[in-house]
Amino acid sequence: MFSHEFIRNAYLAGTFVALACGTIGWLVVLRAQVFAGDALSHVAFVGAIGAAVLGLDVRVGLFALTIIVALGMAALGRRGQADDTVIGIVFAWILGIGVLLITLLATGPHAGNGVAATNTLFGSIFDLGSGQALVAALIGLAVSLAVVVAFRPLVLSTLDSELAVLRGVRVRVLGAGFLVALAIVTAESTQAVGALLLLGLIAAPAGAAHRLTGRPYAGLALSAAIAVAAVWGGIALSYAIPSLPPSSAIIALAAGAYALVAVVTRARGTG
Amino acid sequence: MNPSLSLNIVDDIRQLTTFPFMVNALEAGTIVAVLAALTGWYTVLRRQAFAGHTLSVMAFPGATGAALAGIPIAFGYYIACGAAALAMRRAGRGRTASRSAETAAIGTIQATGLAIGYLFLSLNHQVLGGPETLLFGTFLGISRGQVLALLAIGAGALIVLAFAARPLLLATLDRELARASGLPVRALDLAFLLILAAAVATTSQITGALLVFALLVAPPAAAQKLTVRPLPSLALSVVFALLVVWLGLGVAYFSPYPVGFWTTTFAFGLYVLAAGYSRVRG
Repeated sequence: MFSHEFIRNAYLAGTFVALACGTIGWLVVLRAQVFAGDALSHVAFVGAIGAAVLGLDVRVGLFALTIIVALGMAALGRRGQADDTVIGIVFAWILGIGVLLITLLATGPHAGNGVAATNTLFGSIFDLGSGQALVAALIGLAVSLAVVVAFRPLVLSTLDSELAVLRGVRVRVLGAGFLVALAIVTAESTQAVGALLLLGLIAAPAGAAHRLTGRPYAGLALSAAIAVAAVWGGIALSYAIPSLPPSSAIIALAAGAYALVAVVTRARGTG
Repeated sequence: MNPSLSLNIVDDIRQLTTFPFMVNALEAGTIVAVLAALTGWYTVLRRQAFAGHTLSVMAFPGATGAALAGIPIAFGYYIACGAAALAMRRAGRGRTASRSAETAAIGTIQATGLAIGYLFLSLNHQVLGGPETLLFGTFLGISRGQVLALLAIGAGALIVLAFAARPLLLATLDRELARASGLPVRALDLAFLLILAAAVATTSQITGALLVFALLVAPPAAAQKLTVRPLPSLALSVVFALLVVWLGLGVAYFSPYPVGFWTTTFAFGLYVLAAGYSRVRG
């Protein structure tokens, strides 16, 4: 299996994207911001189309729009967190602009770029070039490290923001920085592996880890481990069964782990 | 005939209703606007926007699954949305009734639904009638039969909602009091999720999966900014949603840009105006 270059690239990118999603996902779930992550991944798509309309590199649009929207979300809400209703209204409008851009793209001078934009929606981990895989891995690693470094103040500001302020943590700045980190993961993973994979890897492993343990560092490690295991197993499964898309296999494993943990913790009465 | 806007409003409206496809679009838009505004009012109050979005995304596995099984697409929508609502109920408010556990469960359900949709698509090998139609809707290809089906399902969902309206309001605003006064709070949770599933599956057939929020969340949120009294707020929500749909369809007819862009823009503008007004008033 590893004699194929696309499999090696998939494992390289997948491992570190999963690591980033697992670690940041644990905090996303703790802060109840899964919807924000979901909205960012849809916004990324609009960024890609916008870049295509302007004739820019797709990545410029992806990163610029997701980071701007993340900062906007931080500015709109208290404690650097926007509430679900506001997120829903803003992202519906941005998608509406996306519809407009699709129309413009079909008639505009850069019509050929539409293909690149559409790939964003259905990006596949098996289609990565070795350069792309390396970039995805580096960004994944950088975000994971940043999350680990800022972990203590982030947990404190989420669980007890008054205490965090007393200890000198700048809660709003931290909240905004967190959303920007989420935006970077979103923009990179949307392009490399597709928006679908991103949401599953953020919500499912972290949700399972939160059910299993309340201890922060153990939960963080567990969440990352489940995410990475789901990616490794999913890629292998998809290689063995060609009609099974890799994204579907990975999500099936991650969601399966979540369901198993939910059943076990409920039966034990600890969930 | 080329649509051209004049200062004569009567003439403009006559132009709008010349073609059967526009009449069907206006009727379907009116039905889903009323349905989405009333269901959405509770959705916003219960802070279930993420659940609403997840249900709307279930259009994807619904449509691909229906294509694979060879049944009408609309059936697929209702089956997938209903299944997701049931899964959310089981996964959501368990003994760990915290907000973060709930969002993790909903996110996992959404990703699973999408993954199943991708699997169906790849098993089917045939191109689905344009993914963009699925996501962004087709206001302009609605048949007479579809309008009647929307009307029947919309009316059914609203009758159920009307029966549950008062207890649901109490259970939303004060869960403990509702439980103490003997209301079946958990059954109400499930009933509302199922009504929401029916409303979202109906609305997304017209607006597309991604633009449901222009009708489901923005008009009720704007109405709740202006008044907190339930009945006026519900009525205002319906008025706003109708305004968004009618203006969106009307302006799109006379302009080269798509309906989805105009409806979401009007919905967003409406919310910003309402939020600004309530802030100025204090």
